[in-house]
Amino acid sequence: MTDAITIAAVRKQFEGSAHPALGGVSFAIRRNEFFTLLGPSGCGKTTLLRMIAGFEEPDEGDILLDGRSVLGLNPNRRPVNTVFQSYALFPHMTVAENIAFGPEMLGLKRAEIRERVARMVALLRLDGMADRKPRELSGGQQQRVALGRALAAAPKVLLLDEPLSALDLKLRKEMQIELKRLQQETGITFVFVTHDQEEALTMSDRIAVMARGEVMQIGAPVDIYEYPANRFVAEFIGDTNLVAATCIARDGAAGRFALAGGAEIVAGDAAAVAPGTEVTLAFRPERVTLGGSLTAVMRHAVYLGTDALLHAGLPDGSVLRARLRAGGVSPPAEGTAVGFGVAPDAVRVFTP
Amino acid sequence: MKSLFRFPGTATVAALGLAFLYLPILALLILSFNENDLITIWTGFSARWYRAVFTNADMLQAARNSLIVAACATLFGTAAATAATLGVARARAAWKAAVEGLLGLPILVPEIVTAVALLLLFVFVGFELGLLTVVIAHTVFCIPFAYYPIRARLAGLDPALSEAAADLYADPARRFLRIELPLLSPGIAAGAMLAFISSLGDFVITYFVAGPGATTLPVYIFGMIRIGITPEVNALSAVMLLASILLITIAFLLGRHSDKQSDKGNG
Repeated sequence: MTDAITIAAVRKQFEGSAHPALGGVSFAIRRNEFFTLLGPSGCGKTTLLRMIAGFEEPDEGDILLDGRSVLGLNPNRRPVNTVFQSYALFPHMTVAENIAFGPEMLGLKRAEIRERVARMVALLRLDGMADRKPRELSGGQQQRVALGRALAAAPKVLLLDEPLSALDLKLRKEMQIELKRLQQETGITFVFVTHDQEEALTMSDRIAVMARGEVMQIGAPVDIYEYPANRFVAEFIGDTNLVAATCIARDGAAGRFALAGGAEIVAGDAAAVAPGTEVTLAFRPERVTLGGSLTAVMRHAVYLGTDALLHAGLPDGSVLRARLRAGGVSPPAEGTAVGFGVAPDAVRVFTP
Repeated sequence: MKSLFRFPGTATVAALGLAFLYLPILALLILSFNENDLITIWTGFSARWYRAVFTNADMLQAARNSLIVAACATLFGTAAATAATLGVARARAAWKAAVEGLLGLPILVPEIVTAVALLLLFVFVGFELGLLTVVIAHTVFCIPFAYYPIRARLAGLDPALSEAAADLYADPARRFLRIELPLLSPGIAAGAMLAFISSLGDFVITYFVAGPGATTLPVYIFGMIRIGITPEVNALSAVMLLASILLITIAFLLGRHSDKQSDKGNG
């Protein structure tokens, strides 16, 4: 089965910009998957989405939809539909007219159009709002109309450009679940652009983490979180301890690393690192435990409800963060030396 | 915020300014109902000059010419301005500034220069002066007047609206008819109104390029005044004023209505 979308060595540099918006990006988006482009602003994710829609053309490279190149095709000739960040609902049309616009432009019969509008109104729980104008709706309702309008045209791929960024937190959480449900019910490939890592982790089948016009890593949420490919991904997704260390010994795949000031950490997967190499070790605060050989001086504890976040000073001056279950255990007193431990399988090794 | 009216004398200056603007017009209106043949001596109320205006065949012909010219120039000028707005919006930044400057220039160029230039052009290419030359000339200066309100309206619209229409399979023609034209219509109405009023009131350019039988109202009034000022001129001016106010009011109400129709709420 061919992939839904293939991005092949796509380069793009905007006029007057010193750096390319996209510097030769290649990957494939599978059919029926919820695929997320995740990265900070300016990383090229929106440019890439606009290229798939046809609003921008790459300088080099190719974009394939269902195995066929769509280069040079105007947006109205591409079987993809977009949910815009601003929703871009037609203000002079009712909800029903907005939803009917795509099917109408496709030249469908009137009965079929009516049927599709009714289906979208039911699917997106817009009952009783079909005759209202967009300005009479709340932000969440406008968002659902934008989704319905794009889905009514029965796209092969639905493109979503930060569609939840204008909603408040509670509504955003609801819409995350709603979007996932829609994607599973319709079976349409979703390409979702966001800078919110939590949103990406919650909804996606796979995530492409982007930075400075390059793809840093592509993988399932659990892979991205547990096995970040490089320092950028480790820092961008979730909370991470990053410590400078030197490899002092190797034992099979495992390696022993010394921190400045004397402490040692063992990493389970250090096969690519020769003794003597300077590296950065990355491990999540929730993988740090109390009791171990990594000695640090307690600075302060932050109570987070279910967890407590401990900050402790390592001998080299950097801060170690440990996230522990808060229930029952009181955190060590400030100024005391505490032994921490990190499971070897929780430690990632980045060079340099 | 401190109100402007707290400064001493602001209200007085404002009142004097308004008086300066509107007293002459008020005097014209009052004197148009003067019964006397001499406009400066009030002898009693009468509508005789209005009767005279509406039974004057030459005057009615001039009014008809004015309306034909204004309608044609507004139609062509507004259409061209709408096309220019959409074209400029899609142009590259460097072109945009140049084209916008050129479009606005006719407003800044002294009218007499445009008038002489157009006359020379028509003579040079051997175009016989008549109503058609007036229509062409008026279209030229109507374009910038129509352009700016339309551009202001477009600037207030989300560019993603056109993209959304394209994304939903609308070709350029249907994008224009179904999305861009309806959303721009308040700006187009305002632009058309400005163009119409400018055309209706234009004297200098018309005087130069109008051929025989192409006399418009302002040119006709100028001719009447040369013979001697009668209250008939006052009555005619009052009728033109009334027509202009009526048009502006209609355009304003239309614009406000469609603004309410199309503006997105914040809810």
